[in-house]
Amino acid sequence: MGPNLLANYGEAVSAILFCIGFTNLLLQNNLIKKIIGLNIMDSAIYLFLAEKGYIAGRLAPIVVDSVTSVDTYINPIPSGLVLTGIVVSVSVSALMLSLTIRLYTRYHTLNLDEISMQLKKEGR
Amino acid sequence: MSKKRSQEEYQKTFSFRFFRWFNGEKDPYLGEVEMHPQEEYQLDPQAALRYEKEHDAILDKVYDLERNKTMQLFHKLYHATSILFCLFLIALLLVTISYLPATGTIDRPVNNEVAKRYIENGLEETGAVNIVAGMILDYRAFDTLGESHVLFVATVTVLILLRLNKTQKSDAEINDRRFEPKNDTILQLVATFLVPIIIIFGIYIILNGHLGPGGGFSGGAVIGAGLVLYLNAFGFAKTERFFTEKTYKWVCFFSLSFYCLAKSYSFYTGANQLHSVIPKGTPGAILSSGLILPLNIAVGLVVACTIYAFYAMFRKGGF
Repeated sequence: MGPNLLANYGEAVSAILFCIGFTNLLLQNNLIKKIIGLNIMDSAIYLFLAEKGYIAGRLAPIVVDSVTSVDTYINPIPSGLVLTGIVVSVSVSALMLSLTIRLYTRYHTLNLDEISMQLKKEGR
Repeated sequence: MSKKRSQEEYQKTFSFRFFRWFNGEKDPYLGEVEMHPQEEYQLDPQAALRYEKEHDAILDKVYDLERNKTMQLFHKLYHATSILFCLFLIALLLVTISYLPATGTIDRPVNNEVAKRYIENGLEETGAVNIVAGMILDYRAFDTLGESHVLFVATVTVLILLRLNKTQKSDAEINDRRFEPKNDTILQLVATFLVPIIIIFGIYIILNGHLGPGGGFSGGAVIGAGLVLYLNAFGFAKTERFFTEKTYKWVCFFSLSFYCLAKSYSFYTGANQLHSVIPKGTPGAILSSGLILPLNIAVGLVVACTIYAFYAMFRKGGF
């Protein structure tokens, strides 16, 4: 164990959240719950990035009184990366949900086991 | 001295025959191997029936989760393994995190010269007070263009997946009427007050993107939420007066192509050390920071339309 586990508690929380989402993907049979698990993983990544950009005692990166020294503001790059992540996550969620709707209209169930069973019975 | 051979003698040699075979002029087995035409394969009908029965039995056995002991065992093992794997992953990540530099300190590899450059020269070079807006819409503008295109492509894909034809559409409208509240008085009264405020707040966020927290994506999401509330309160008949598939198409087309052209111009002039005609303005004024305000408006339009389009397509399969 390294020395910084307690200091990095935010990152630790994000790692645990990530694993919860991943286990959701593995254990849930319901497709909607799988998508929720993937969204939990996304949120964990945002938390991790936000923790990466934070510097204690500094301001948000919005210039006040035209002070542009590095010692005043936190790191703006992870904030921009979180924005990218959110947009992609929204698009991917919408795509997955619409695919789920198509599967539901075809098989009338959201359970992945039942869908694969019906697929086998159809002989595919 | 080479020996002269006659033609017949030459034709008997191995190399001559080999080359003939190699060039495909001669089949070496012709006349030497006896060949019979094969009998055609005929399926025995009883065997076919038995085969089908066995196939069905196998399917039943394998996919009947309640009676198949092997499948039950596999499921238990799968659950146990996945929980163990999750615990292992948590332990691994926690150990890794414990070796990372502490959160909130300055001397971390994240805080390198790139962030320093953005903070120190951002205001001067982009004119945006909000350093993040200056970063994502000026230094990294093509990244944001890609994001807007991701949203657009996602909408198009959802449209492909969920679009209904004419007869299905009328069914969907009947379902929509059955499941969604129509003309709910409380909702309509609340929406009458809330929708203008929400949309004005969204516009404020978009226009203020280079001066404070906000920008195209968040403001567009707020406007989209206002539109969804309006749709829920008053139904498709009201929103279709001003927002149809055609509106979506043209708004997205103009926003994305304006973004692309404007930013291409800005990058071209910047890369070739040419004078750009776009004024930077005084930092802090609403009309400042060059292209960031129009780009924010373009992104906000795309995002607002996308949010509304997602909702409309999930609810009715079209808009």
